[in-house]
Amino acid sequence: MRVEMTVNGEKKVFEVDPSDTLLDVLRRNGYLSVKKGCDTGTCGVCTVLMDGVPVLSCIVLAGKAHGHEITTVEGIENEMREFAEKLAQEGADQCGYCSPGLVVMVYALKKMYSNPTEEEIKKFLIGNLCRCSGYQGQMRAIKKFLGVGE
Amino acid sequence: MRIKNYVRPHTLEEAYRIISENERAVVLGGGSFLRLSFKEIDTVVDLQDVGLDFIEEKEDVVDIGSMVTLGELERNDILKKLYCGYIPRFVGIIWSVQLRNIATVGGTIFPKWGFSDFITGLLALNVDVHLYKSGRMKLEDFLKTRIRKDILVKISIKKERRETSFQFLRNSLYDFSLLNLSLSCKNGKDFKLAVGARPGVAKPAEKTVEFLNSVDEPLKHLKKATEILLSEIEFGDDFRASGEYRKHLAEVLFKRALEEVLNHEG
Repeated sequence: MRVEMTVNGEKKVFEVDPSDTLLDVLRRNGYLSVKKGCDTGTCGVCTVLMDGVPVLSCIVLAGKAHGHEITTVEGIENEMREFAEKLAQEGADQCGYCSPGLVVMVYALKKMYSNPTEEEIKKFLIGNLCRCSGYQGQMRAIKKFLGVGE
Repeated sequence: MRIKNYVRPHTLEEAYRIISENERAVVLGGGSFLRLSFKEIDTVVDLQDVGLDFIEEKEDVVDIGSMVTLGELERNDILKKLYCGYIPRFVGIIWSVQLRNIATVGGTIFPKWGFSDFITGLLALNVDVHLYKSGRMKLEDFLKTRIRKDILVKISIKKERRETSFQFLRNSLYDFSLLNLSLSCKNGKDFKLAVGARPGVAKPAEKTVEFLNSVDEPLKHLKKATEILLSEIEFGDDFRASGEYRKHLAEVLFKRALEEVLNHEG
């Protein structure tokens, strides 16, 4: 079946199987920042924006994304370059596998909250798991990027 | 999961025709749990083009279309005011932000998921479900009725002044509830109480409610009310918790909920 969607501002047409997920389709078509982790809707590494809100691309069927706007980390590269630098400065990146999903979520967080508390940040990012960092470096980087706390 | 066909009908009539003519057709809510199943599905019927993504405030009720996501419930201004934001509060702690932007009202209620916090939370309110073929019925009645081939169109939440409490225990916030419980009342009377994640689907505690409504100061009769609650609700074992443990949790969560709603009453 054919699905049409806008990916990072560009109109795209993909030939997909009805069982394909959005994650499968994106990765097969070169959007390799979108990672496959748990593949069960838990770890958050496959997070993308669908019409501006974050979703887990591993549990969105490709047919459901037909007609929608999808944004991966490549589509917000300029807005989030400063955050990437903060992540590096705070030693928050180790294997880096969870970073694209985290960056997309912090982008959404910034749009939704003007001055979030640490509690609000933690609650918003509860679905983004990281097996390396212990989250402290990430939290420092997020706070510095958003200009809150500390 | 293996899907042969994927369709997006534009009307409810068309959607119902597809599911009634094809035994192996499945209506897609958000799709999050369907995706995790090992089912062979002939046809997935995605309702996103049918126009069921509305939240409308009427004189006596708030109507919520079945394709509204839990994330939309959390952000909606009408619901932030209704029952002092009770719905966005308990919905906002279900799983993750990303999942709540996928999971829908219909996809959560229609399959009657046992682990659902959403169904338990709604049972503290007066909620009707509207089904395309079976019509309108109370949420409590829907949960007891076996309906396979139908489509949940919307739910209607009665606008009242109720004090509400939603209680749960999880091993971590990012997990399913081992048990959840919701309670509400109007001026210390007219209680509504439900227990969910038992691990079966949420169940109203009718005898306990009858007792609470019959006494003047319910907190003074907590022991008796708890005895009735523990005898009328069945608690089962699963890999998360034993029935015995759930029974103990129910006692604690019920006490907390009763104190919360009655203290609000002041």
